Amino acid sequence: MSDEKKLEELRTIIARHKRWDLIFLIAGVFVLMIALLTFMALFTQMLIDGAPRLSWEFFTSFPSRRPESAGILSAWVGTTLVMLVTAITAVPLGIAAGVYLEEYASKNLFTELIEINVTNLAGVPSIIYGLLALGLFVYQLGLGQSILAAGLTLALLILPIVIVATREAIRSIPVVIREGSYALGATKWETVADHLLPYSAPGILTGIIIGLARAIGETAPIITIGALTFIAFLPPPPIKSEFPFISFEWLAAPFTVMPIQMFNWVSRPEEAFQFNAAAAGLILVVMTLAMNALAIYLRYRMRKKIKW
Amino acid sequence: MVKNTIAESEANSTSPGQHKSLVKNLSFYYGGFNALKNIDMVLHEKQVTALIGPSGCGKSTFLRCFNRMHDLYPGNRYEGNIVLYPDNENILSPDIDPIEVRMRISMVFQKPNPFPKSIYENVAYGLRVRGIKQRAMLDEKVEDALRNAALWDEVKDRLNDLAFNLSGGQQQRLCIARALATDPEILLFDEPTSALDPIATASIEELIADLKNKVTILIVTHNMQQAARVSDYTAYMYLGQLIEFDMTDTIFIKPKNKQTEDYITGRFG
Repeated sequence: MSDEKKLEELRTIIARHKRWDLIFLIAGVFVLMIALLTFMALFTQMLIDGAPRLSWEFFTSFPSRRPESAGILSAWVGTTLVMLVTAITAVPLGIAAGVYLEEYASKNLFTELIEINVTNLAGVPSIIYGLLALGLFVYQLGLGQSILAAGLTLALLILPIVIVATREAIRSIPVVIREGSYALGATKWETVADHLLPYSAPGILTGIIIGLARAIGETAPIITIGALTFIAFLPPPPIKSEFPFISFEWLAAPFTVMPIQMFNWVSRPEEAFQFNAAAAGLILVVMTLAMNALAIYLRYRMRKKIKW
Repeated sequence: MVKNTIAESEANSTSPGQHKSLVKNLSFYYGGFNALKNIDMVLHEKQVTALIGPSGCGKSTFLRCFNRMHDLYPGNRYEGNIVLYPDNENILSPDIDPIEVRMRISMVFQKPNPFPKSIYENVAYGLRVRGIKQRAMLDEKVEDALRNAALWDEVKDRLNDLAFNLSGGQQQRLCIARALATDPEILLFDEPTSALDPIATASIEELIADLKNKVTILIVTHNMQQAARVSDYTAYMYLGQLIEFDMTDTIFIKPKNKQTEDYITGRFG
């Protein structure tokens, strides 16, 4: 009799506690839906407006005064080249800095300061980077309003992301793996090159892609250093027909990038340009999503090997 | 100072040729914490020496002095000597590179810690670090090491498989093979079976008994039966001190120290 009563009580308590599971579940799904639906709505709107403008000519034409013949050739070429410079600069620098801070630096006030600095840099508004780059790269170093200057600026912007991702990835490697390498007589460098970097590659890669995906959409710092909003020629090609076949002239060329091209079109009074902007936005989102997809695929392939 | 006289009489009773290593007045500090206090001990050549004692007594700390593992972290400090024979070198001397020590003395960890690489590359890593590049030589040494670790027959057809695909016991034997591949003078085991099931534990213990023909072994264990089964000498440690060190039979049958007896008989620990 009393046993049955106890069981009854127990069930009431469990039911009451489980109500919180349900409440949290509903709240979670609701919040998630807000984020998801907002993106979906924006994307669908852009799709409806922009999709009819998408054609081969849209990719192969320069911007124009006439909205129906305007294209994004200079913008997507500019974005690709700027991203290339950004990746080539930020990736080795960021990984090296992360490895240094995690494996080589001794723990003292100085390295502590660097660490706090790096973490905080990730939160600095991007226009501040633009101002810094305008003073340093454009004027002081005389790089001008070039692809190189823009690439370096964005590299600076994503450097903290790459550094933090590298450190987190290295830190997630179990201590016994690191000690296992040292116990076999490996030096620091051998441990880093043979173990820590390969095993942390998926995490580092994720950081790089997150960084690049952020950089690809940045407008403010690029405008600050003086990217053109209307440009009807391409940078000189990197490969030439005569010796030495490779040219770096494109680094010094003026340029525009996708978000700036969009910004330019959005600010035009003619409605037809709005559709161009939507189409360019669509391409930009697809570029970002493609980068993320690549990151997820590569991470999945690399992680299959690593279990701890 | 009972322990001193024991270690000294041990040291005198056998000729130095049979000693692989002599620990003299070893103290160790984690920053301000004195984790090992004036330890004197010997390791007999090609014998198994077990370190037993309750958790936190410093047995793992002691073991990790032998391959200078403590040098990886800041604020650690050694005092005293660990002398290796026959070259009579103090491996704790600041003039000696810890990497050199680790190349002479291998270690097997508590939890199997294979690298996320192939079985072959796991065993070959220590050899590669020593600059061996010829494929034929690597092949030969990898096979030898795997045979010595009683793993060859199980993995010979899948040397390029990932080490993670092995079972826990196989992984630990792989780690033993990895440690053996470089012909170490001393092999350190830090509770090598604490993460394994009884069958895998038995196979590792069997392996340790076989290996002592080839290499001097120092093993930390939580398990007193294991110490009794595998070791020739046993050291009982408590709170950073070496309480008693003797032949395993003596320690387990007629310990001289009351504390050792209490621990062995399970009255405390």
